[in-house]
Amino acid sequence: MMNAPIAKTVISARGVDLTFETADGPVHALKGVDLDISKGEFVSFIGPSGCGKTTFLRVVAALETPTAGEVSVNGMSPDDARRARAYGYVFQAAGLYPWRTIGRNISLPLEIMGYPKAERTRRVREVLELVELGGFEKKYPWQLSGGMQQRASIARALAFDAEILLMDEPFGALDEIVRDRLNEELLRLWAATGKTTLFVTHSIPEAVYLSTKIVVMSPRPGRISDVIDSPLPPERPLDIRDSPEFIEIAHRVREGLRAGHEEV
Amino acid sequence: MSRAGPILVLVAGLFALWYAAAVPMNIREALTAAERDGAAVQPATAVERRDANALGLVLANPGQIPEAWAQDRPRLPAPHQVAGELWQSVVMEEVEGRRGLVRSGSLSNRGLLLHAWITLSATALGFAIGAVAGIALAIGIVHSKTMEKSVMPWAIVSQTVPIVALAPMIVVVLYSVGLQGLLPKAIISAYLSFFPVVVGMVKGLRAPDAMQTDLMRTWDASGWQVLTRLRLPASLPYLFASLKIAVAAALVGAIVGELPVQGGGLGARMLAGSYYGQTAQIWAALLLAAALAAVLVAAIGAMQRLALRRMGGAA
Repeated sequence: MMNAPIAKTVISARGVDLTFETADGPVHALKGVDLDISKGEFVSFIGPSGCGKTTFLRVVAALETPTAGEVSVNGMSPDDARRARAYGYVFQAAGLYPWRTIGRNISLPLEIMGYPKAERTRRVREVLELVELGGFEKKYPWQLSGGMQQRASIARALAFDAEILLMDEPFGALDEIVRDRLNEELLRLWAATGKTTLFVTHSIPEAVYLSTKIVVMSPRPGRISDVIDSPLPPERPLDIRDSPEFIEIAHRVREGLRAGHEEV
Repeated sequence: MSRAGPILVLVAGLFALWYAAAVPMNIREALTAAERDGAAVQPATAVERRDANALGLVLANPGQIPEAWAQDRPRLPAPHQVAGELWQSVVMEEVEGRRGLVRSGSLSNRGLLLHAWITLSATALGFAIGAVAGIALAIGIVHSKTMEKSVMPWAIVSQTVPIVALAPMIVVVLYSVGLQGLLPKAIISAYLSFFPVVVGMVKGLRAPDAMQTDLMRTWDASGWQVLTRLRLPASLPYLFASLKIAVAAALVGAIVGELPVQGGGLGARMLAGSYYGQTAQIWAALLLAAALAAVLVAAIGAMQRLALRRMGGAA
């Protein structure tokens, strides 16, 4: 291919350190993290507990402030990006308000951002269709299964159409069958919206299946031990997980995880 | 209605205990009255009976037991005497009394309804002031470390001062600045009822977990939006629990406030009853106060159910 467009860097991290001061002494959650993420990429962060994958996501979201280094999101500081509502964040728990219907839960960020009522209604309906929850607008969260609740929380993060989607183990609390389905749906959603997605997980198949780029991290101090660009095609049926390419990448991820572990 | 049986048995047991207790309580007066009427009692004179054991007196004079339940000024009135007093002062006074509702068109100041109404107004006003003040203080405490450090200790200390000691002071101080009537009683009532609201609301406003507040932060929500969209709705179950305690405390405050004021009310009735040895009147006022408290707590409970149903039912 000639004249391939130079992908625009959306998120860039340079020498990011983050140290938490605790009663037992300092904890190095992140140490010397360098990373560039281009527009439209799907980047998974994988590693054992304490490797700083969630912390890095929180740094990008300006929920934590690094003690050293530079992070830019959309060319801004993370905090300015947060104020500009540059990203939607999905937590491990759906975190829907039990006193609001699904529709009004999704409408909540829109209310906060001051969207007019007609626009809110339109967007809520649109994202509900997108996550295949059409018709559940008037239901309360407790009337939905865990998987459906998590879909609603993804819809809530998509409602205000931020360019970046930050997902912190969104399917971690779900069983494998539901998880497979949601992975498939998420891939479809990503293809449909083209959002730059940062996805924290500790499931190797999930990371390999979803990502265009896999960032393998290791703990104490939290750092990047490998970055793998996936050669898998954008179209990925579930059974791609049995293909040799898939198994090879999964193997490399596992090697990366093991290497990070042995250094400790 | 399978639960009605045990409840009835329990209530019957309580009444049996009440009747049994009334016998030794009132036996001396009953024997004195019987002696005066010329009946033979054991021992025969009041001087001899003075140092005798009350239960011994009952056993020595079993025939006088019904008299112990029929004294004019018993130490402990029997249930039917209290019920009679309630009937007289709540219904008959208004229907047949000279100053009652039927003849004068307004509630009799000799009946209990007017006094219950006076107490209820002070309770309602005091509860409203206390609840609003409690919620406002809790919001301040949750949002400001300084408020928490400076207000909370005083709020706790305020509740350790016996209200009976403080109530006359509040009345005197407010009178000297020209406030009297309903307001001083309401303020005493508010003084007791704000505290449970503060404690419950502080807990309720802090109920949302870190993830919920982080989520609000990712949307760049203002402090006001976090308060109205997240903290206040999340605190409602806590609010209602503390409102139930607060409304009962408000009633106690209003009754205590009526003791020094003497402008009517159930508290004033209780005090008058104790001046004139009208124990049945005290008990009647007491029971009505208890009934009032039950109605008020039930009303809060109904509001709670209504609010929670509007908030999604299962929450």
